[in-house]
Amino acid sequence: MKLLFEKSISGRCASILPKCDVPMAAIDSSLKRGSAPHLPELSEIDLSRHYSELERRAFGVNNGFYPLGSCTMKYNPRINEEIASLPGFTDIHPLQPESTAKGCLEVLALAERYLCEITGMDAMTFQPAAGAHGELAGVMLIKKYHEARGDYKRCKIIVPDSAHGTNPATAVMCGMSVINISSGPDGRVDLEKLRSAVGGDTAGLMLTNPNTLGIFEKDILEITKIVHESGGLVYYDGANLNAVMGVVRPGDMGFDCVHLNLHKTFATPHGGGGPGSGAVACKSFLEPYLPSPIVSKGGKLNYSRPETIGKVKMFYGNFLVILKALTYIMSLGSEGVVESAKLAVLNANYFMSRLSGAYSIINKGLCMHEFVITMGKEAKESHVSALDIAKALIDKGSHPPTIYFPLIVAEAMMVEPTETESKEALDQASDMYIDVYKSAMSNPESVHNAPALAPVCRPDEVGAARSPILKYTGKW
Amino acid sequence: MNIKQNLLYSKTHEWVEFLNDTTVRAGLTDFAQDSLGGLVFVNLPAEGDEVVAGESFGDVESVKAVSDVISPVTGTVLAINEGLLDSPEKINEDPYGAWLIEVGQVSGKEGLLSPESYEAFCEGEGH
Repeated sequence: MKLLFEKSISGRCASILPKCDVPMAAIDSSLKRGSAPHLPELSEIDLSRHYSELERRAFGVNNGFYPLGSCTMKYNPRINEEIASLPGFTDIHPLQPESTAKGCLEVLALAERYLCEITGMDAMTFQPAAGAHGELAGVMLIKKYHEARGDYKRCKIIVPDSAHGTNPATAVMCGMSVINISSGPDGRVDLEKLRSAVGGDTAGLMLTNPNTLGIFEKDILEITKIVHESGGLVYYDGANLNAVMGVVRPGDMGFDCVHLNLHKTFATPHGGGGPGSGAVACKSFLEPYLPSPIVSKGGKLNYSRPETIGKVKMFYGNFLVILKALTYIMSLGSEGVVESAKLAVLNANYFMSRLSGAYSIINKGLCMHEFVITMGKEAKESHVSALDIAKALIDKGSHPPTIYFPLIVAEAMMVEPTETESKEALDQASDMYIDVYKSAMSNPESVHNAPALAPVCRPDEVGAARSPILKYTGKW
Repeated sequence: MNIKQNLLYSKTHEWVEFLNDTTVRAGLTDFAQDSLGGLVFVNLPAEGDEVVAGESFGDVESVKAVSDVISPVTGTVLAINEGLLDSPEKINEDPYGAWLIEVGQVSGKEGLLSPESYEAFCEGEGH
């Protein structure tokens, strides 16, 4: 496929901008660039075809089965887009007088109320732009809490070895050192190891529940108690909230703060589809440290926050994402939120049981919203790796599951079908997964070069990471 | 899987070669490079840094993940294999030739595995 630069014809243009109907402002010549920017020149139809072609080469949840574990690729209902395109929400500027933006402030206040109810927390910020950014803001709250008490020796964050890589990365970005504790034989936090890891230098524990193996940490009350008794706080990584949304609340499990991926759990577009929102909620004792401003009761922006960690993003985060998430919650209602979580778990268990005849599954008994397959034995004995299966699934019209995560499982494939799929869709997908497995095992060579039908087959990932080409240097 | 008979090993998949009683070279085993896949970046300590057995002294990044490299011994870094910083693929191509660090003032061999024990350990790790 040609790039826009390669399609450019000198002098061609698209007249999409309206004629200027206000006087031109005089701009000081010191602020003006010396020559016009070198941009591709295309007609509107060429531009339109270019992006339609790109769209055909992409794969979204509207194209087919998308069980990318840990990413919660649920369907994004059209009504979210409809509400977010209302002029009252789009024709607005963050710098216009607050008194003229009461509707938007009401959206923030209402979203905060519902999300605090779902998480069992007391206050919230919507500033963080996505999940890892939310984690950073959350751990900054924890750090600030210890510093505000004059307790500067708490510099260690504990993470289980099944954690998302962003957890230890967040701790390091906050200037903490990381203590990695290995999971017990059942894939859960090992209480004895946790007990020996905590102490006077513990700032906190970062945990996702259910964990990345799709297993609920049944000892969660004991876990949060152990950390609290050592003087540390407990951070809930909201990555896996979809399994328990409305059923059990992080606040009731003993967590002190939490980030939510509104773009996952609350059905707003993500991946290539749009910006995210990593809202952070906390218990009231951490509220003074939340980024400024917050929406106070009565729908006013409150900037008077002497103890705040500061701003983590301009204005109030990705507002339209918050609005779409609110639309989703209000469409589902309080019963629908719970039903959605239960269906996500039911779907994962149904799909897991359909696959269990062919694939080796790590989960013993029921899983939560996702489960993990290991291809360790097949890779070793038959040269069929998780990568081979993932690539072969692309040819069948499915997005592959997450592969090589969690790190504690050899040749891992992490599958999360979400509540989006019907029984028929899951039946069809499981037949496809089993077919791919059987044909790969009977003829391993056949999958080593898969996919054959995708726009890009096996990209040179190592070459791309070692010597990336980041700039178009051809002629145009 | 290739395991050299003249080396000692750690459970975190590093190999150790004793150059004399107190000086060693250490690198990643064939099992480690095979599990990690194609390596794209390597971070190593500086000469003069202290390394502690069981603690991370650097990290390696593959297309799958970033992994800590755990020191198999305690001592002082005498040299690093600087060539690896630009050519991490040498670890994939020749894991026992591509040493990461040379460590001096190493006191003991406690906790290190013989080639036989390491092979048995890897058998259990494979799946």
